[in-house]
Amino acid sequence: MTRWKDSTDAVMAERRAAPRTTVERDFRLIVIGCSLGGMNALVEVIGELPASFPVPIAVVQHRYRTSNEGLPSYFRRHAKLNVVDADDKQWIKAGNVYLAPANYHLLVEDGEFSLSVDEAVAYSRPSIDVLFESAADAYHDALIAVVLTGANADGARGVDRVKKKGGLVIVQDPETAEAPEMPKAAIASTSVDRILPLDRIGPFLIEMCGRPTPR
Amino acid sequence: MSLSLEDTDPGIRELEKLEVRLLTEGVFEHYGFDFRDYSYPSLRRRIWKRVFAEGLVTVSALTNKVLHEPQAMERLLLDLSINVTAMFRDPTFYAAFRHKVVPLLRTYPFIRIWHAGCSTGEEVYSMAILLQEEGIYDRCRIYATDINEAVLQKAKSGIFPINTMQENTSNYIAGGGHGTFSDYYTARYDYAIFRPQLRDNVVFAQHNLVTDASFNHFNVILCRNVLIYFNNALQERVQQLFLNSLEMFGILGLGKKETIRYTSVAEHFDVLDEEERLYRRVR
Repeated sequence: MTRWKDSTDAVMAERRAAPRTTVERDFRLIVIGCSLGGMNALVEVIGELPASFPVPIAVVQHRYRTSNEGLPSYFRRHAKLNVVDADDKQWIKAGNVYLAPANYHLLVEDGEFSLSVDEAVAYSRPSIDVLFESAADAYHDALIAVVLTGANADGARGVDRVKKKGGLVIVQDPETAEAPEMPKAAIASTSVDRILPLDRIGPFLIEMCGRPTPR
Repeated sequence: MSLSLEDTDPGIRELEKLEVRLLTEGVFEHYGFDFRDYSYPSLRRRIWKRVFAEGLVTVSALTNKVLHEPQAMERLLLDLSINVTAMFRDPTFYAAFRHKVVPLLRTYPFIRIWHAGCSTGEEVYSMAILLQEEGIYDRCRIYATDINEAVLQKAKSGIFPINTMQENTSNYIAGGGHGTFSDYYTARYDYAIFRPQLRDNVVFAQHNLVTDASFNHFNVILCRNVLIYFNNALQERVQQLFLNSLEMFGILGLGKKETIRYTSVAEHFDVLDEEERLYRRVR
């Protein structure tokens, strides 16, 4: 936080310094969006989380159309949680990190995934906005949305919907992002709850979701 | 833009579900198109897209409009039924089809193929090209069906935007194409017109997977990236329809993220290629 230089953006400074508020609610889903540089950022965030982490996680990382199983196996080596490509109509369960499959949009309904091959949104399929918007509509205030590094504005519309539905929005501090455009677009889009340096996001998620809630 | 989307009141979501149900019931009763068992997240996304495109703010207003204006219904039908696709989509599927399915098909004197939910036809032309290159197209008849008459007309025309040809060409090569892809079409202005011979053995026809029965027995059924738009109950029903329409030892090919594994028809099939979702009926 001391590395803060650009004083023109007062909002960001304020968010960074925001006092800890106790959040008295059970989060039931975390959605994460990332693009350029996302591989390393994801490993850093998800690698922090213990195998007993009580909230399931769904991730859109922009991927090449043809990329196959490479991404899940890469993460699997760095995560204590189980990392898989999401399947259509698969039940969403704690202990798992679900990745949007290449060339499909990932949507959620309460408790299960749904895939689509609808047209790309802002040149992206999977699209972060599509995941975030459907998750916001299904989970309301039981949702945490996280925007990490990326070189486009995908996710900006999504976090706005998450906020309007009462969810919690965390954005990676653009200064710690390999590509700052995506975090910046998210911050400009809505009043995000936290702007955190990359290495603080994992611990913050544990803090928010720490108490295991049997469901 | 819309109050309905921005309200955090949990009751609103239930209201939206009610409105979506009333819309799909109304459309089914009045027009016969049955979207009642479509997968909710995609369905609502497509419905809201149409609500805004019509300049409306609620799903109920759209219901009103489509019931009174058939043209509005046609636009909604397009939104709800178009599946975006490309030629040789998922090239590895076509490569697997060449290597694992074609040798089986060679043993048949005549081959009936049902391509269910063919949308604008890209994958039908892909299959025709593949079969021709493998030398068995003359023995094949492809029944290409879709719920939507408008997309079938596009499919029949065999005319596709020229700007998709780069992707199509690289898919064709990755899918094991033997020839030169540009030999299959003529470029004219912004379009690629595919050789009419490619559809000599193709029958395009309207068929509704949700409400229509089987219409023949087939050696191959292809239905790719259609089932993901259905809920579990409807997926189950359609899988049953495929089973009943497939000859013994016939082949079922699904989309990359679709499986028969969790359905009641699974016991009738052997897995021909797990990754590419190719199955063979064995009982």
